[in-house]
Amino acid sequence: MSHGTVMPVEGPETLAWSEKARADVAEALARYPVPRSAVMPVLWIAQREWGWLPPAALRLVAESVGLPESEVFGIATFYTMFNLKPVGRHHLQVCMTLSCSLMGSDRLFRHLERKLGVGHGGTTPDGRFTLRKVECLAACGMAPCLQVGFDYHENLDEAKVDALLEELK
Amino acid sequence: MSRGPLLFKDIDTPNLTALEVYRRGGGYETAAATVGKTPAEQVIEVVKASGLRGRGGAGFPTGLKWGFVPKASPKPRYIVCNADESEPGTFKDRELMEKNPHLLLEGMLLAGYAIGSHVGYVYLRGEFEYIQRILDRAIAEARSAGILGTSSLGSGYAFEIHTHLGAGAYICGEETALLSSLEGFRGQPRLKPPFPAVEGLYACPTVVNNTETLMAVPPIVKHGAAWYRQWGTEQSAGTKIFSVSGPVRKPGNYEVPLGYSMKKLIEDDCGGMVTGLQLKAVIPGGSSVPLLPAADLDTPLDYESMNAKGTFLGSGGVIVIDDQTCIVDALWNITRFYEHESCGKCTPCREGTYWMSEVLERLEHGGGKPGDIDLLADVADNILGKSFCALGDAAAMPVQGALKHFREEFEFHAQRKTCLVNRRRESVAGANR
Repeated sequence: MSHGTVMPVEGPETLAWSEKARADVAEALARYPVPRSAVMPVLWIAQREWGWLPPAALRLVAESVGLPESEVFGIATFYTMFNLKPVGRHHLQVCMTLSCSLMGSDRLFRHLERKLGVGHGGTTPDGRFTLRKVECLAACGMAPCLQVGFDYHENLDEAKVDALLEELK
Repeated sequence: MSRGPLLFKDIDTPNLTALEVYRRGGGYETAAATVGKTPAEQVIEVVKASGLRGRGGAGFPTGLKWGFVPKASPKPRYIVCNADESEPGTFKDRELMEKNPHLLLEGMLLAGYAIGSHVGYVYLRGEFEYIQRILDRAIAEARSAGILGTSSLGSGYAFEIHTHLGAGAYICGEETALLSSLEGFRGQPRLKPPFPAVEGLYACPTVVNNTETLMAVPPIVKHGAAWYRQWGTEQSAGTKIFSVSGPVRKPGNYEVPLGYSMKKLIEDDCGGMVTGLQLKAVIPGGSSVPLLPAADLDTPLDYESMNAKGTFLGSGGVIVIDDQTCIVDALWNITRFYEHESCGKCTPCREGTYWMSEVLERLEHGGGKPGDIDLLADVADNILGKSFCALGDAAAMPVQGALKHFREEFEFHAQRKTCLVNRRRESVAGANR
């Protein structure tokens, strides 16, 4: 439900696992009595490999866990953290839920929009940043906060965000 | 300095994530003395007698839940830790796991042993990838030390734990949706009954417990029910971690005995409001529960006192709202969250959250129509108790609470097309749309 309308984006025609990824996929499958359970871990492995999940990656995941492609597409579109479009090198995910909002996340987001020249879901032309509004990140006492990929940045204000953007090349 | 009576007592011990340090403080001694030695039934009895209730939000008695697992089932059983922690305002499990992962593993081992399970899964929200790394390291250490594996702590009892990373879906905190997700489906809830204790993961008997709940198990098993009951009240035994957020001086996680004064928590422990702001309302148990006005600030933090005020202790996510925040705007924010997170399975929630969000958006932006407030109340009433799972209730209750205590702000918005209170925030129109 969370992605809204998702149109598949073209990508490479085929993809193959790296050796490391192949081992990780095998390890993920071994954790469950049913291969299907590994679909999320394997989607994560694919996203780590390619940064996003082009159709070829979804096909590869489907093949690896023994599911129809359509099922994997249905699962990937359900969860907001699976990127079905390419994202920039640094994926800025700004929490907009109540505790962060009370502490100024709306202002912070506007600041980022102005600074990067892109809005929610947009990627800077140089491919450096993707900016996104997200829901509660479980950092409410350290609000406002954002995640860059998986890294938490908390107790933010405009100056700290500016310094952060400088660091992220 | 100790930050709390029990779970936070030694939480800031340097390097507590290391097995050696955890063991130095008596870690895994309870499991070693219990697994394969104490009858499983006796472990369940101690937890029942302790009065421990689910700390994730529902407050269901933990021992009772364990007791629902059928004794005679030939199927494998599963213990699942709900570490999805996605209730807005809540960030306690994150700190617990980040700093003391072995306590969770020991709690899962004891809980698993009590229900006859040999495999446990920790379902983490997707954003907690770094916590997964911490837990995976702890699991690997415990495995090499023989704490996990084919003969846990030399008991002959096999027990293994795996982590599973979600990928951004609030609904997966609902236990049956969590199990769907863990099985590799879209995270949508399932009809109850059958309850997970009878047919859960892979249609096998399964207990799903919150992280904080499982971490309270080792000390309870070690010291006994009476000892745990030194804290709290008859119906709300023990301690609870409250995550305080909003414009207070010292937001953060605080472990206090249940029944503790919310006023004291906010005014003393958290140092009160930041300069220039007054407290207007508090959401005591995560964004899903009805808010309380400042006049109810002195309500004790326990299950029964919160129920008496028409709200819930929930997950213990205490969100403090100041006098310069517009309640209509704050409620719109919360409702937008539920609209975004509705899984789409049932109509009242899927459509209702959308409509409530629409109405609140136009009220907030001065486009309110006559009858909008009644419409809002009507939609909330048609979601509450009529949705497939608790997400719908969670979306409807904050609306009802806000209308009950702050109706004048809604009316002002509807009539004057503007805010009753000064706004210190810029709103972002159509957020997350």
